[in-house]
Amino acid sequence: MSALEVRGLSKAYGGVQAVRDVSFSVDAGEVVALIGPNGAGKTTCFNLLNGQLRPDSGEIALAGRSVVGLRPHQVWRLGVGRTFQVTATFSSMTVRENVQVALLSHHRKLFSLGKPAGRFQVEEADALLARVGMQQQAARPCAVLAYGDLKRVELAVALANRPRLLLMDEPTAGMASDERQALMQLAAALARSERIAVLFTEHDMEVVFNFASRIIVLHGGEVIAAGAPDEVRANPRVREVYLGNA
Amino acid sequence: MLEARRLSAGYGAARVLFDVELAVGRGEVVALLGRNGAGKSTTLKALMGLIRPFSGEVHFDGRRVDAWEPYEVARAGLGYVPEDRRIFTDLTVAENLEVGRQPPREATPAWSPEKLFELFPALRTLQGRRAAHLSGGEQQMLCIARTLAGNPKAILLDEPSEGLAPILVEQVGKAILELKRAGVCVLLSEQNLSFARRVADRSYMLEQGRMRQAYAD
Amino acid sequence: MSGSAVLLQFLNGLAGASSLFLVAAGLSLIFGVSRIVNFAHGSLYMLGMYLAVSLSGTLGFWLSVPLAAALVAAAGLVIETTLLRRIYKAPELLQLLATFALVLIIRDAALWAWGPEDRLGPRAPGLAGAVAIAGRQFPQYDLLLICLGPAVFIALYLLLSRTRWGTRVRAASQDREMAAALGVNERRLFTAVFALGALLAGFGGASAIPREPASLQIDLAVMSDAFVVVVVGGLGSIPGAFLAALLIGEVKAFCIGLGYSELTLAIEFIVMAVVLVFRPWGLLGRPLAETRGPGTLQPPLPAPSFLLLGGLAVLLAIVPVFAGPYTIVLLTDILVFALFAASLHLLMGPGGMPSFGHAAYFGLGAYTAGLLLLRAHLPMELSLALAPLAAALGALVFGWFCVQLSGVYLAMLTLAFAQIAWSVAFQWDRLTGGSNGLIGVWPAPWLSSKQAYYYLTLVLCLGAVALLWRLIDSPFGYALRAGRDSPLRAAAIGIDVRAQQWAAFGIAGLFAGVAGALYAFSKGSISPETLSVPRSVDGLVMVLLGGVQTLSGPLWGAALFTWLEDSLSRGVEYWRAAIGAVILVLVIAFPRGIFK
Repeated sequence: MSALEVRGLSKAYGGVQAVRDVSFSVDAGEVVALIGPNGAGKTTCFNLLNGQLRPDSGEIALAGRSVVGLRPHQVWRLGVGRTFQVTATFSSMTVRENVQVALLSHHRKLFSLGKPAGRFQVEEADALLARVGMQQQAARPCAVLAYGDLKRVELAVALANRPRLLLMDEPTAGMASDERQALMQLAAALARSERIAVLFTEHDMEVVFNFASRIIVLHGGEVIAAGAPDEVRANPRVREVYLGNA
Repeated sequence: MLEARRLSAGYGAARVLFDVELAVGRGEVVALLGRNGAGKSTTLKALMGLIRPFSGEVHFDGRRVDAWEPYEVARAGLGYVPEDRRIFTDLTVAENLEVGRQPPREATPAWSPEKLFELFPALRTLQGRRAAHLSGGEQQMLCIARTLAGNPKAILLDEPSEGLAPILVEQVGKAILELKRAGVCVLLSEQNLSFARRVADRSYMLEQGRMRQAYAD
Repeated sequence: MSGSAVLLQFLNGLAGASSLFLVAAGLSLIFGVSRIVNFAHGSLYMLGMYLAVSLSGTLGFWLSVPLAAALVAAAGLVIETTLLRRIYKAPELLQLLATFALVLIIRDAALWAWGPEDRLGPRAPGLAGAVAIAGRQFPQYDLLLICLGPAVFIALYLLLSRTRWGTRVRAASQDREMAAALGVNERRLFTAVFALGALLAGFGGASAIPREPASLQIDLAVMSDAFVVVVVGGLGSIPGAFLAALLIGEVKAFCIGLGYSELTLAIEFIVMAVVLVFRPWGLLGRPLAETRGPGTLQPPLPAPSFLLLGGLAVLLAIVPVFAGPYTIVLLTDILVFALFAASLHLLMGPGGMPSFGHAAYFGLGAYTAGLLLLRAHLPMELSLALAPLAAALGALVFGWFCVQLSGVYLAMLTLAFAQIAWSVAFQWDRLTGGSNGLIGVWPAPWLSSKQAYYYLTLVLCLGAVALLWRLIDSPFGYALRAGRDSPLRAAAIGIDVRAQQWAAFGIAGLFAGVAGALYAFSKGSISPETLSVPRSVDGLVMVLLGGVQTLSGPLWGAALFTWLEDSLSRGVEYWRAAIGAVILVLVIAFPRGIFK
């Protein structure tokens, strides 16, 4: 059984068919890239997967369990972590507190009026930060972090829930080339060691071809190619609409 | 044409740029390289007057402009294409161009709608469409076209290739070379080295808000 | 109701809709461009009325209307260039505060210039009579008004969609910085738009004088009408405002026509609540894009200092030893309002929900306490204990609707609910005593001395504040803040943001109810003012003065505001204007709160 199984997913809004009959699957431990021109439906796809949008038709199953119709916070409980194209962290909190909130949520303590949140599972939070190399900055406010570091914090937050599936929307946008490689190396290593299925979108073809074990190409809301990197690179249709002659 | 002298700038109390020096001559395409957070966008914003420099000077077309309002700088003939496009999505394509329109200038290429559509053929058929309904690539084209409608002497392009499909990056590169041929000088910020190398005559390198090196291509 | 009566009410509704549209269009236009919700828009309307009444004495009606409108536009020009221009970059709520200060100042200015009596305007010469429509008399002038609304709508529509200026206005509404970078002089554009909005408001006021007298209370009434219209129509949408004005105008007219005139006070707010629940951005509105500007990063919230609170408690406990009764009563008030402000802060600060109707829960607490004592004959202690529960329940009911929205829309919905609560209290004579309110709400004998009651208030209020602070520091408080900092991220880590916000509403209502009940027993009487819009605004002023980014700010803000109001209202004739002036100075000098 795949960690993520998508069958016949469709979504239209504003009179545009944003996603049309999309099917694919991602296995545990696998790193899969979802690429395509701007407006091809990648972000819509992600928003459908984590419950921000509701599909018009189609099925999404996490380890065999349907998640269609669930809201994002419910999807998360089933083991889906997400990083955003523009980093989203809690800017009024420190790096550690960001992770602590995720841990509180994991342990279903969001409505607890008990002991201060800042004292909750400090070691666990720091251990998660250590895994993404952010333990030195645990006490810094998120508002002052460099962009690449924020991406790492997002990763640590996503890991707090021991996810089965990690959705990364343009994880390396806005980073310099060496930072890109480092972040993706980290994600790929985590995928392997924790058996996490990773699905990411990306415009940097170097990153895509270096780290994806499989590539799915969207165009006009439809899957036009899918397969191993070399097959996709050689696909004439993909070259025409997306890769060009680069 | 455009020159920064010992330019320091930032946001609130946070200083991002430290004594940056750069110059772009007539007809030149110059790239400003550096990683995220190095201060590339801040440099362009400070040149445009969108943030007030802490100290230093900005000269444009023989005049000192660092105390000017952004609209005054724009009217003096400096165009600005922001990183995240920022087209007016509520307006149609034609209206977007209308907002950017300024009277023609002496000794500067004038961009009639006809010439703009020659440069960006995709926009011709989309004039009546609301900009919100354009694809990402079309939005990027519109954003450059909108700035050109002001008949600028020089334009600042903030990461024009960021977030674009490879095939669109090629098109933007062609457009920049087209501008150079027309005699518009260009200062672009980039992280994509190969793209910068392809379009720029020479480059500057920013590192943590300081100018590290300048080299010819 | 006969067919002809229906037709007449329908025409009445249309005439009312025209005036509503003029004000609302200006408000919407100003909001669209500057993102400032201009509280003072009703005041500009009022100014238009008074000016037209005065001018018509010498110039005659037909000349006085355009001249009054032009004078109001000029006033708008002065306001924009001297005040608003300085605060475009300040936080949204402080901008609101500044425009509310203008309301106070303009009202006292009108009081000074025209006196407290209503001023009746002349009939419109040439249109003073009535025409027979379906066998009934209908004022000729109202027919003119009916045409005025659509005429102004078409003119505005053409101006915005067909002229270069209009295109620029629309561009700047969306992204003013980008418009500037393309050579648009945004400052001049903003000034012009504000003056145009003021012109419309002034015109609306001036053209209404044959229908109703100019009065000092009309500013807030028109302001809340215009808010409702703009929110129902969709913020920034002129066609939406037009549609909503028609809807509200007709609904109101038929309420009167059908003999439910008491309902008119609340009906528009009920319509608004219904519309917002089904169309969260109004009839023709779209979700508000984040306005472009410096980042909206939230600064960290400092940890609560219970040491400070303890020190304060000790200090306040020894005050009665040397202070006179007057000081003790003032301190009791300050404590009550400190708790009121602290409960509002939970929503506004960590919750990120600007509540414009927090007095509703304060008032619910007060009225419940009074009613339990007087009507159910419960002991005072039990009434005091049960009242907050009623307030919490009310907050949960209202809050359920409110948390479906965010930002300005949420604020307006809270305002709407508070207005509904107020009109119930105001009109349900048999239960609430109507406009007279309840009297004889006195504490139990052992608390009857001012000192004893002060100590009770001290213990309950500071205890409640300590609980609130503790709560903000708890996992619940962090999850609430997480939802404010980044709703997207919060949902992506399993936080049900709305549930968190809803619970916060209930808790804030509970504590506001405690404050309200304490207030009722300290005064011995309750009037509908306890839950009126100005009282809600008082709470906002307190929180914002103290600084929403701090925990103790609301306490200092409440102390300063209560003391200021107390001393100014005794010593200064135009004390409202004085408070307004103080607020303006503070907003301009300390755009992030004073106690920062």
